[in-house]
Amino acid sequence: MIHRSRDIALFDPAILRPAAVSAVAKLDPRQLLRNPVIFVTAAAAALCTVLLVREVVTGAGPVAVPAQIVAWLWFTVLFANFAEAIAEGRGKAQADSLRRTRSETPAKKLATADALAWDMVPAPSLRVGDHVLVETGDLIPGDGDVVSGIATVDESAVTGESAPVIRESGGDRSAVTGGTRVVSDRIVVRITADPGTGFLDRMIALVEGAKRQKTPNEIALTILLVGMTLIFLLVVVTLPAFAGYMGVTVPVVFLCALLVTLIPTTIGGLLSAIGIAGMDRLVRFNVIAKSGRAVEAAGDIDVLLLDKTGTITLGNRQAAEFLPVSGVAERALAETAMLSSLADDTPEGKSIVALARERFALDTAAPAGMNFIPFTAQTRMSGADLPDGTRLRKGAPDSILARAGAHSVTRELTLAVERVAKAGGTPLVVSRNDRVLGVVHLKDIVKPGIRERFNTLRGMGIRTVMITGDNRLTAAAIAAEAGVDDFLAEATPERKLELIRGFQAEGRLVAMCGDGSNDAPALAQADVGVAMNTGTQAAREAGNMVDLESDPTKLIEVVMIGKQLLMSRGALTTFSIANDVAKYFAIIPALFVAALPQLAPLNVMGLSSPESAILSAIIFNALIIVALIPLALKGVAYRPAGAAALLRRNLLVYGLGGLVVPFVGIKAIDLLVTLLGLA
Amino acid sequence: MDAAGLLQILVFLALLVALTPLLGGFMARALSGERTLLTPALGPAERGLCRLCGIRPDEEQHWTGYALSLLAFNLLGFLLLYAILRAQAWLPLNPAGLPAVPADLAFNTAVSFMTNTNWQAYGGETTLSHFSQMAGLTVQNFLSSATGIAVLAALVRGFARRSSPTIGNFHSDLIRIVLYVLLPLALVSALVLVWQGVPQTLLAHVDATTVEGGRQVIAQGPVASQVAIKQLGSNGGGFFSINSAHPYENPTPVSNLVEMLFILMIAAALTDSFGRMVGDRRQGWALFAAMAVVLVAGIAVAWWAEAQPNPAFAALGVDPAGGNLEGKEMRFGVVNSALWAVATTAASNGSVNAMHDSFMPLGGLVALVNMLLGEVIFGGVGTGLYGMLLFVIVTVFIAGLMVGRTPEYLGKKIEAREVTLAVLAVLVTPVGVLGLGSLAAVLPVGLASVQDGGPHGLTEILYAYASATGNNGSAFGGYGANTLYQNSVLGLAMLIGRFLVIIPALAVAGSLAAKRAVPASAGTFPTHGALFVGLLVGVILIVGGLTFFPVLALGPVAEQLLLGTGTLF
Repeated sequence: MIHRSRDIALFDPAILRPAAVSAVAKLDPRQLLRNPVIFVTAAAAALCTVLLVREVVTGAGPVAVPAQIVAWLWFTVLFANFAEAIAEGRGKAQADSLRRTRSETPAKKLATADALAWDMVPAPSLRVGDHVLVETGDLIPGDGDVVSGIATVDESAVTGESAPVIRESGGDRSAVTGGTRVVSDRIVVRITADPGTGFLDRMIALVEGAKRQKTPNEIALTILLVGMTLIFLLVVVTLPAFAGYMGVTVPVVFLCALLVTLIPTTIGGLLSAIGIAGMDRLVRFNVIAKSGRAVEAAGDIDVLLLDKTGTITLGNRQAAEFLPVSGVAERALAETAMLSSLADDTPEGKSIVALARERFALDTAAPAGMNFIPFTAQTRMSGADLPDGTRLRKGAPDSILARAGAHSVTRELTLAVERVAKAGGTPLVVSRNDRVLGVVHLKDIVKPGIRERFNTLRGMGIRTVMITGDNRLTAAAIAAEAGVDDFLAEATPERKLELIRGFQAEGRLVAMCGDGSNDAPALAQADVGVAMNTGTQAAREAGNMVDLESDPTKLIEVVMIGKQLLMSRGALTTFSIANDVAKYFAIIPALFVAALPQLAPLNVMGLSSPESAILSAIIFNALIIVALIPLALKGVAYRPAGAAALLRRNLLVYGLGGLVVPFVGIKAIDLLVTLLGLA
Repeated sequence: MDAAGLLQILVFLALLVALTPLLGGFMARALSGERTLLTPALGPAERGLCRLCGIRPDEEQHWTGYALSLLAFNLLGFLLLYAILRAQAWLPLNPAGLPAVPADLAFNTAVSFMTNTNWQAYGGETTLSHFSQMAGLTVQNFLSSATGIAVLAALVRGFARRSSPTIGNFHSDLIRIVLYVLLPLALVSALVLVWQGVPQTLLAHVDATTVEGGRQVIAQGPVASQVAIKQLGSNGGGFFSINSAHPYENPTPVSNLVEMLFILMIAAALTDSFGRMVGDRRQGWALFAAMAVVLVAGIAVAWWAEAQPNPAFAALGVDPAGGNLEGKEMRFGVVNSALWAVATTAASNGSVNAMHDSFMPLGGLVALVNMLLGEVIFGGVGTGLYGMLLFVIVTVFIAGLMVGRTPEYLGKKIEAREVTLAVLAVLVTPVGVLGLGSLAAVLPVGLASVQDGGPHGLTEILYAYASATGNNGSAFGGYGANTLYQNSVLGLAMLIGRFLVIIPALAVAGSLAAKRAVPASAGTFPTHGALFVGLLVGVILIVGGLTFFPVLALGPVAEQLLLGTGTLF
């Protein structure tokens, strides 16, 4: 059972209160400098404050409206800080729940992997290459690889998955995560991460936002926003010269108000919140990204490589039918197949036994004295020798036929094998004393609903490629049934790597998921490599994300989160820039109308007075940041669709909306300001 | 506003659309170094020139090399022109015996022609000798426009190439553009003008006795050759001081129509050349459409504004049906004056057939806005399209994120480097117009140039600095630009308006050329449909135009609103 308990309410008071405090603390100029747009806002606010104090001291002019403007300038900065603080607070809450799992764990350190005696040391003292013994009931002290032993491990602290999982040395299930608990047996773990560099530590650092580095798109966007800020700075700084030429003087406070409303404070204030919230969403999906860059790259993915088994098909192939050659009874084939599978613990073997019992009610007890022949990669067959010396075998067609000799390769058999393969199944040939009896059809079961998901991906412009060790015929049949765009049959690690490089040479961005050590090169080569948490440490190191739930279809969610991250930035940027039209129409007539009454027609909103117009615009500008915090945290709704449809929709909502909303908003605030007699 | 006027505008637009694919295809081949119709005739000349100059066309340059070659070549052109102007008294072909051009005016004029601005602080026939006009100005008319097209060619290669370290060879590009595009077109155009009655002679002025018995000196010279390239190459610097309002520069309605086409046709056709060179002609037509939308809107507003009579005249009993005829040639009337004004300011050309100073405030506003948008509404030859492509980068970046991918254009990802460079280029117009313009509005030495008071004077300042920064050269009239201060500062505005856009554009070209291309998919941001055209126009108007809303409100908008109350300037 997967439980995602780490959902946090959007406006949890436990986060809001510290965030409000942190918003004030973030007024530290060194912190503000990280965000150029907000820094300029704060500088304008500081300048106005000084001027206001001077006005108050000298009693030179009316201060009621300027004082309100100064207050709202500061609110603008505080609201932006607040947005970032909320996002960080939510990240911290996630991080704390993760951190609880790694209290001071004692570790049983071994001198060598084979040593019997151990020293009790604190977990933070462990270094890469140290060996530790972990026994029933112990917490695993750090990320590592099982070097000997097998154990069941409760990883619910990290994954939320309550059923314990098997971890054993060798093979593809050797990686263990610090903070998880061994439920039974004992293992020796070689530590692979220094304290503070393990997966949990990285995840904590990322969601807290402390070590967050700006992603490439975020950097580019920041540059654009700085450029816009410079342009508007130029507009405002030169305005007194032009206005002076016309005999109009504009108070500095009003100029600052104009500047702050024009520069893109909305997106500037929410930019880092969007980034932090994106990481946060990913973690709530139980995926750890090693960098924000990887998440962003996920949105750009063109090709998705998916392992067939466990992703597209249910992990287990099931025996579906017995196909005897002529002269052999189906029951005889079933019996031989069953006897050769009795000791076969694989799901395939069990399904043969089950099918034989179901069809012919055969006795499934093993006869005494039977000698089992296990499957090996060399022979590619398994079976049993009966006490009388009868050899029962089942296995890959070419292996069995190689033993049986050329005479047994009949046209009938070839047809049966091909028929199974074409239907997407795996043919197993069964022989008795090297005489071929027939074929068992092992059927791959395509996961329900997977076809629809691939259709969705295609609509998003993403090609899906199925990777399988099956032969071409089988792969083609399953590919057609599942609805993938392409497939790679008889895949080896080298061919996978070659495939990824080929796509990348065409300029495509490739995502893949994998778990085995042999996936590590491909995971490292892929632009987005999602390693399964159950996989090997090598795979987990090679990928740039780790899926704690080990669900390969999670890639689809990861891609969507990446896209959502980019869309949220784009939508709020567009909204922010479109807002400027209305703000101009509010402020420009207000600045000049006293000296040039003929400019009154430009006051299209019919705002009640120049002071009220400027105040309303600056209030709107500040409040819109707060109003959009939920959108920044949740992300712009993403419905999988082609780029053209997405653009049309988002442009309508955020572009046109950005043009219209401030006209309505500023007018409404103006009515309120007038009603309350604030200006 | 009548049917005849509408018909003239539609004929003009239809011819422009029809010429675009014809000329666009030819230029695409010429810019790509492919075989063209003229190769049999000009191929030997091209190879000969290259051998003479030691140019190897296959030796391509990195963007920095391309930029350095361009800057060095332009510096040489500037120095040569400056020397000619300073020494013209001692040079041949000076039948009127004109003295040397003063240092500040020579600097301004040399910068002006090197940067393809062709701002006329000088009075053509009264300041410059035939030699200065032909060997100085006309040569730069060719070379400055060829420079603009070369930068565009390099930028287009940046989009079209994959993982390439180079963006072409500047010298070879320059020779090819002059030889295959500008010279043949100028030759044909000059002949058309001569046919319409434009003089082409090396004789001195003609002394004539007027009907009233007065004596009149009628200046003449090699007019047709200079007018042809001034219009084709978005130069605009006329042979005569009053430019294309002079009957020798623009004698007939036919010459007026073809000259307006000359002004826009290369810039318009380059959009199609671009589409062909990047392998998707729809992309070129999308940019054409975006430019055309703003152009047509401008024509509509300007025509409407000029078709209104000046209320002050109407009050005096002048027939209001004629519209605003002050400062217009009666031969051309309201429609052709308004149309020309929009075309020449959109195209960074600057030649005039009517005095923009006398336009209604809103009519003048259209001309001003065309320049303030950064000269991307067709714009100068090459310069307009590369400026537009930089705006495209900004647009794609702002809106492209909304489809949930790293923004890309024509398969090239738009990243921090491209955004930085495009933003730098977009900053140039505000710096030139608002930065330098604000100095002219406060410093007494700048204020001395202003002729009229109130908002009209402000418009004169804005217009001069917009024209210089946009490398347009269009003059509003009334602004006394031939002073030491204005010659120097406007010269500076021209330099930053030219080279602070060219260098980022070439850097973008280099950066893009080095990138791999991402194949298009259903997830790719579409950049050839109506939606994108609308978006691009929106970004140009908001990012490019809104910057100037406050000063436009104080200048032309205030003047128009004051006009309603009967206040004139």
